[in-house]
Amino acid sequence: MDTLASLADGFAVALTWQNLFLALVGCFLGTIIGALPGLGPSNGVAILIPLAFTLGLPATPALILLTSVYYGAMYGGRISSILLNIPGDEPALMTTLDGYPMARAGKAGEALAISGLASFVGAFFATWGLVFLAPQLVKVALLFGPAEYFALFVLAFATLGGVASRNQAKAAFAAALGLGIATIGVDGQTGVPRFAFGEVHLYDGIDFLVAIVGLFALSEVFIFLEHRGNGSGADASMRVGRVIPPWKMVRETLPAMGRSTILGFIAGVLPGAGASLGSFISYTFEKRLSDRKGTFGKGDPRGIAAPEAGNNAAAGGALVPMLALGVPGSGTTAVLLAMLLALNITPGPLLFQQNPDVVWGLIAALFIGNLMLLAMNLPMVSLFVRVLLIPTRYLMPAVAMISFVGIYGISGSTFDLLVMIAFGVLGWVLRKLDVPLVPIILGVLLGDQMEKNLRRAMTIHDGDWTMLFNSWLAIGLWTFAVVGFVLPLIIGRYLRPKIADQPIAEGADPD
Amino acid sequence: MKKLIGLAAVFTLASSLSAFAFEPGKTECVAPAAPGGGWDFTCRQVGKTLQDLKLVPGSMQVTNVAGGGGGVAFAEVVSKRNDDNSLIVAASSATATRLAQGAFPGNTMDQVRWIGSVGADYGIIAVAKNSAVNTLPELMDMIKKDPSSVSVAGGSAVGGWDHLKVLIAANKAGVEDVRQVKYVAFDGGGEAVTQLLAGSVQAFTGDASEAKGFVDSGDIKVIAVLAPERLEGDFASFPTAKEQGIDVIGANWRGFYAPGGMSDEAYDYWVDAVGKVYASDEWKGIMAANGLAPLDLQGEEFQAFVKESIESITNLSKQIGIVK
Repeated sequence: MDTLASLADGFAVALTWQNLFLALVGCFLGTIIGALPGLGPSNGVAILIPLAFTLGLPATPALILLTSVYYGAMYGGRISSILLNIPGDEPALMTTLDGYPMARAGKAGEALAISGLASFVGAFFATWGLVFLAPQLVKVALLFGPAEYFALFVLAFATLGGVASRNQAKAAFAAALGLGIATIGVDGQTGVPRFAFGEVHLYDGIDFLVAIVGLFALSEVFIFLEHRGNGSGADASMRVGRVIPPWKMVRETLPAMGRSTILGFIAGVLPGAGASLGSFISYTFEKRLSDRKGTFGKGDPRGIAAPEAGNNAAAGGALVPMLALGVPGSGTTAVLLAMLLALNITPGPLLFQQNPDVVWGLIAALFIGNLMLLAMNLPMVSLFVRVLLIPTRYLMPAVAMISFVGIYGISGSTFDLLVMIAFGVLGWVLRKLDVPLVPIILGVLLGDQMEKNLRRAMTIHDGDWTMLFNSWLAIGLWTFAVVGFVLPLIIGRYLRPKIADQPIAEGADPD
Repeated sequence: MKKLIGLAAVFTLASSLSAFAFEPGKTECVAPAAPGGGWDFTCRQVGKTLQDLKLVPGSMQVTNVAGGGGGVAFAEVVSKRNDDNSLIVAASSATATRLAQGAFPGNTMDQVRWIGSVGADYGIIAVAKNSAVNTLPELMDMIKKDPSSVSVAGGSAVGGWDHLKVLIAANKAGVEDVRQVKYVAFDGGGEAVTQLLAGSVQAFTGDASEAKGFVDSGDIKVIAVLAPERLEGDFASFPTAKEQGIDVIGANWRGFYAPGGMSDEAYDYWVDAVGKVYASDEWKGIMAANGLAPLDLQGEEFQAFVKESIESITNLSKQIGIVK
C-alpha cells in the first residue's frame, strides 16, 4: 500500500501547529465567506491569496490555508440557502429548493445539521476518492470529448423537469431565458460579440454570480420593500427547531448522501463541469429515484442531503484534474491553479512524483479540515442560526449591502452593479408571475458550456451531426437523457399522487 | 478579515523613498482581469519585485479591473485616469491583438504610453506522443492536402493569439487559404491539451509555459517552437519553426502600458523601474520558474514593437475575415 504510506507522510507534513492553525483559520473564514451571498469559494480563495503571499508562506501551508477556505466555503454556502432562500454561492443553488421550505416549517436547525452532515460525507469520501483514484480518474476525463460533454449537458437539461415540478411550462420558459442570457458576450468560436450593443462590459458575458445575487438576494429585498417591512421573507413564525437531527432522519438521508457523493465526485472530475453540475445532477437524480410522495421541493431532508453531498464531493473531485492534468474543474480550482503556478509548482501528470510532499500534505490537510468543519458546523450550528433571530428589517439592509460590496469586489466595476439591479427587478417580476428562478441560473450556467461543446464538436467534425453519437459513452448519455425526459411523462402520473397547482405564499420562490 | 485590514494598514504606513526626478506616491498596478490570470500574475510579481528592490515606496497596490478581455480597464484608464502618474497597467499580446481587431470599441494604442516588456512566452505547436506527425512541415502538408483532417486546439477564442500563431505559420508554410485551417477554441491551454490527449483534436497551439507539465511527462510531442532560437532548459531539445524552414515567431509578450497623459518625468521613471526589474537577478529567477523567455524592450523601442505587431495582426485579421 504505497498510497497509504504516502498519505501517512502527508499527515506528518500537515500535522504541525502552524498548519493546523492555518486550516482552522481557513475553515472558519471559508464558512463565513461561503455564507455571504455573492462571495463564493472562488472569491474567497482569491481574496486570501495576497494574505498567503504577504505572510511568506511556503507552498504546503499556503495550499492548506487556501483549500481550507475552499472546503469551508462549500460548507458555508448552504447556510444562507436554507435560512434566507439566497444561495451563498452557485453550487448551493439546489439547496434552496428544500432547505428554505424546511426552515419555514420551523426545522431550520435540522436542515442545517443534515446538510452539514451531508457536506461532510460528500467531502470526506471525495477526499478518499482523490487519494486512491486520482491517477486512474484522469483517464475518465480523457474519455470526454466535446461530443460527450454536449451529451452530458443535454442529459442535465432533459432532467430539468425534475427541478421544477409545479409548472413545467414556466420552468421551460425560465430555462430558455437563462439560455438566452448565456449567449450574451463574445462568441469564442467566431470572435464576434453577441447582444453586446457595443458595450465593452458585456463582451465577457453576464457573470453568473451577478445574476444569482440579483435574482435571489436583491429581489428578496424588493419584495421586502414592497411589503414595507411587514411579514415577508423569514417571518416571525419561523422557529429554529432542534439543531440535532433525529436518528431516523439521518438514516433516511444516508442512501441519498451515498449516491450523491458518487455522482458529485464524477461531475467534479470532469473539467469544466464542476460543483454546480454536481449538486444539480445529484438533486434531480435523487428526486427521480426516491420522490414517491411528491415531497421534494416542500422541505424533504433528502432534498438537501443530496445536493450538499453532491457539491462537496464535486469540490474534492475538481481537485483531481487540477492536480493531475493542470486543468481546473471549476472556477475555484482555476484560482488555486494560478496559486500553484505562482509558487513554482507545475501541476500535471508528474506532480505526484515531483512534489509528493505538497500533494500528500494537501490531501492530509483536506481530511483535517473536514473534521474541523464538521465540528464547526454541527455543534456550533446554533451560532449560525442566530442569524435568523435578527429581524428582517435589520437583515435586509445588510443583505443589500453585502450584495453590492460582494459584486463590486469581483470586478471592481459599477456596471456589474447596474446589471445586478436589473436582475433584481427581473427576479421580482418573475416571482410575481410565479416563474421559478432556479432554471434561469441553470440555463446561464450550463447553457454556455453546452453551446461551446456543441460548436467545438461541429468544428472538429465539419458540421457532421451524426458524430455527436460517435462513441458508446455519448450514446449512453443520450439514452439516459431521452429516458430521463420521456419516462416521467408516461409513468410519472401513475407513480406520483397529483400535485395540486395551488398558489403559494406570495414572495416565496415558487420552487 | 481583521487581519487583512491590519496588514493593509501596516503597508500603507510603511514608506521608503527612492531618489528620482519624479517621486511616486502610492503606486498602483491595474490587472485588467480577475485574480489568477496572466495579467494578475504580471502585476503581482512585478509589484513584488519593485517593492523588494525598493524602486517604489512601500508596496504596490494591485487592482483587478476585469471585463471585456481587458477592454474595460483600457477604457477606464483612457477616460478617467488619463493623467495619473503613479499607475501602470499589465498588458500582453492579447491586448495588442484586441486593439488590432477593434475589440476595444473606440480605443487605439496611441491613447496610452507603452512602458516596456518583462519577458515573453514563446508559442509552441505540439501533437500527441503517439501521433505519426514529427515535424511542422509534415503537419502543414497534411493541412494542405486535406484541411478538414486536422483540428488544431488552442486556449484562446477564434481570432485570439493562439489561433493567429497557427495561421501565421500556415501562411508562411504556403497554405493558400488560411481560413481553411480548422481551429477549435477551448477555455484555456490546459483544456486544449487535455483534448489533444483524448484524441479529439490532432494538434495543439499554445504557449510554452502552458505545455510544460505535459512535455515533462512525455505525453505530448512539441514539433515546433515559435522562437527566434532554441529555448533554454527543458525545451532545448525541440526545434524552432525557423530551423524547419518555416520562418515564424510567435511571442506572447508581457509588459505594461501607462495612461496617455502621464508626464515625461513619470514615464521615464517607470521605464527605468521596469528596466531595472527586468535586469535584476530576482526577476531572472521568476522568468525561469514560469517559462518566460527574454524579451527586453523599453520605452520608445517597446512603443515601436507594439505598433508593428498591431499592424501585422490587423493585416492577418483582415485576411481571415475577422476585421472587415
